[in-house]
Amino acid sequence: MKEYLPILVVFLFVLGFAVTNLVLAHLLGRHRNTRAKLMPYECGIDPVGSAHQRFSVRFYLVAMMFILFDIEAVFLLPWAVIFRSLSEKLSRPFVYAEMMVFLIVLLVGYIYVWKKGVFEWNRG
Amino acid sequence: MFELPIQQLIFLFVAAVAVFAAFNVILQRNPIYSALALIITMCALAGTFLMLEAQFVATMQVIVYAGAVMVLFVFVIMLLNVRTEEARQDRVKYLKLVAPLLFIALLGEVIFVARSVTTTAPPLATTGNEPAFGTVESIGEAMFSSYLFPFEATSVLILMAMVGSLVLARRRTMSEAETLGKLIEESGKPQLTPAEPVAKLEEKKEEIAA
Amino acid sequence: MPIDQQSIQFFVGILLKIVILFVIGLLSPVGMNWVERRALAFMQMRLGPNRTGPFGLLQSLADGIKFAFKEDVVPLAANKWLYIFAPVVAVVPAFMATIVYPLGPKGVDIPFAASINSFVYSLTGIQLNLSTMDLHVTSFNVGLLYVLAVTSMGVYAIVMAGWASNSKFSLLGGLRSSAQMVSYELSLSLALVGVLIQAGTVDLVKIVEMQQGTYFGFIPKWYVFVFQPLGFFIYLISAIAETNRTPFDLPEAETELVGGFHTEYSSSLKFAMLFMAEYVNMLTVSVLATALFLGGWSGPFVSQFPLLAPVYFLLKVTLFMFLYIWLRGTLPRLRYDQLMNFGWKFLLPVALLNIFISATIALFAY
Repeated sequence: MKEYLPILVVFLFVLGFAVTNLVLAHLLGRHRNTRAKLMPYECGIDPVGSAHQRFSVRFYLVAMMFILFDIEAVFLLPWAVIFRSLSEKLSRPFVYAEMMVFLIVLLVGYIYVWKKGVFEWNRG
Repeated sequence: MFELPIQQLIFLFVAAVAVFAAFNVILQRNPIYSALALIITMCALAGTFLMLEAQFVATMQVIVYAGAVMVLFVFVIMLLNVRTEEARQDRVKYLKLVAPLLFIALLGEVIFVARSVTTTAPPLATTGNEPAFGTVESIGEAMFSSYLFPFEATSVLILMAMVGSLVLARRRTMSEAETLGKLIEESGKPQLTPAEPVAKLEEKKEEIAA
Repeated sequence: MPIDQQSIQFFVGILLKIVILFVIGLLSPVGMNWVERRALAFMQMRLGPNRTGPFGLLQSLADGIKFAFKEDVVPLAANKWLYIFAPVVAVVPAFMATIVYPLGPKGVDIPFAASINSFVYSLTGIQLNLSTMDLHVTSFNVGLLYVLAVTSMGVYAIVMAGWASNSKFSLLGGLRSSAQMVSYELSLSLALVGVLIQAGTVDLVKIVEMQQGTYFGFIPKWYVFVFQPLGFFIYLISAIAETNRTPFDLPEAETELVGGFHTEYSSSLKFAMLFMAEYVNMLTVSVLATALFLGGWSGPFVSQFPLLAPVYFLLKVTLFMFLYIWLRGTLPRLRYDQLMNFGWKFLLPVALLNIFISATIALFAY
C-alpha cells in the first residue's frame, strides 16, 4: 500500500499551502471597505433583485445524463483494461460480445434521449 | 516497511473525517452545506476503501458518487434555489418513534456483520497469474465472468433511468401544471381524459400570446 | 512506532519529489502566462508586456507579488465561508493530480550517488544508500483513474465560487462552467478507453512503457500514430473544453459574463489560487495527453541516458500547452447551444465509435 501514501502527503502539503495563502491574503492586503466595494458587481449600478434565481431545467437534465453515461464509462474502463490479456477462462470474442450488447442497449437509450430533444439546448 | 501504527493512525484520521462530515450532512440547516458535507463523506469513504486495498472501488467511489451523483444534487439545490430548511412541524408524529427502532436495528446489523467478518487481511501476493486483489484487472475479470448477468442487467437499468428522468423532467413546468389543475377542477369532471385539459391549456396559452 | 532508516529515506524521497512537482506546478502558470501574453500579442500584431525585466519575463512574477498585496474583499452579499474556501477546493485537487505525472522510468541511476551519500554522511552522520530512483513520485494500479477522480472534484470549486459570490454573473458563469465540464468529461473518459484497450493497464508509467520503441525503425509506437488518432482528436477537443479554454471559454466569456464564476474575486491571493488551479489543470491535461498518446518520455537516446526522459516529457507537455495559446489566437468562441450540441451530438457518438473501432482492431490484432 505504500505507493498510495503520497496521496495523503500531497493532500496535507497542498492544503497547508492553500490555507497559508488565505491567511496571507488576509494579513497582507489592506482592509478599507466601502459600501460600493462590497456590493455584487453589476456593471456599476445597484444590483437588481437576488442573484439566486431558478434556472433552466436543462442544467438538471445535463447532470442527469452525465451520471448515466458516466456509469457507462465506468463499466467500460475495466473491460478495456482486461481486453488485451484475458485469463484462460475467458475468450476474447465472448467478452467483446458482452460489451457490444451492453453498448447497444445504451445506444437505444441515447437515441431515445436525442429524439426526445434533451440535447436541443436552444429550444423551449 | 510501515508497521501497523501508521496505518491505524491514517485510518482513524479518515474515519473521523467521514463520521464528522456525515453528522454535518444531517445537522446543517442549509441544504448546500449538507451536500458539500456529503461530498467530503464520500471522499473519506474512498480513503477507507483504499486502506482496505480496494483501489478500484475507491476511485469509483470518488468518480461516480462524489463526482457525478453529487453534481446532480448540487445542481438541483442551486437550480431550485432551496433556501434554509424551514422549521416546520413534523406531520407524521410516529416517525419519531420508528426512527430510534430502525437505528437500533441497523446498529445491530452492523455489529453482527462486523463480528462475523474474519479479520485476516485479503491475500496481497497472489500465486499464478490471477490479478491482485482490488485492482482494475481483478474487478474486470470478475465482472465479465461470474457477474456477467448483473453487468448486462445494469445496462437495462441505466436505460430505464434515462427514460424515467426524462419523463420526470418533461412534466409541464410549475405554472403550467397549476393551470392544468385548475382547468380540471373547473370542468368538475375528474374522470375526463387528460387530452382535454391539455388542449384547453394550449388554447389559453394562445390567448395569452395573442 | 518503529522508525527505521529505510522508511525515513522513502518518506524524504517522496516529499522531495512532491516539492519538485509542486514547484513545476507553481511555475507553469507563471511561465505559461508570460508565453500566452507575448505569443498572443504577436499573433495579434501587438507587443505584449515587455517592460518588466528582459522581454517582460518578470511580468507574471510582478503580477504575483501584486496579488499578495491587493485588498482582500469579501462581498457583503456573499456566503462568507464558501466564498473563502472555494479557492482551496480548486487548488487542492489540481495539485493532488501532480503526483502521478510519469516524468520518467523506474530505477534510474542517480548521478554521483556515492558522493552524495558520503557528503550527507559527513554532514549529518546519517548513512544513506542512494543508488537508483524513480523519475515519478508514485505509480499505482489505478493511476489514470486517480487523475480522473481527483480532477472531477475541481468542478465543486467552480460551483462553490459561483454560488457563494451571490452575483448574477458568478452564478451564471459557475452553472455554465460546471455543465460544460461534466458534459465534456464524458467524452474525455470515453476517449481514454481506446488507449486502455491497447495498453491493458491504467498505470500511467506502464502505459508509457508500452509506447517505447518504433515500428519499422522510424514510426514511434505512440498511440496517437497507431490506432488512436481518432481518440487523440476527441481527447484534444474535450480536454480544451474541460479546462474552459478558447474556443470553449464561455464560462469566462468576458464580453458577456465579465469573468464568470470568479467575477467577485478581487485580484487578491484568492483569485491567484483560482487562476493557478486553472493552469495546473491545463498542465495535468497536457501531461495526460503526452503520457497516453504522445509516448510519454520516449525519444531518441532515452534508453542510454535515462535522465533525458523528463526533458523529453516536459518538452512534449510544453508543445501541447502552446497549442492552447495558438488556438486562443486563432479561433472565435462558440455559442452555448453550439457547445452543448457539439459535445452531446458529435463528440459523444464519435467517442463511442472510436471504442468500437479500437475493440474490433484488438479483437483481431492481439
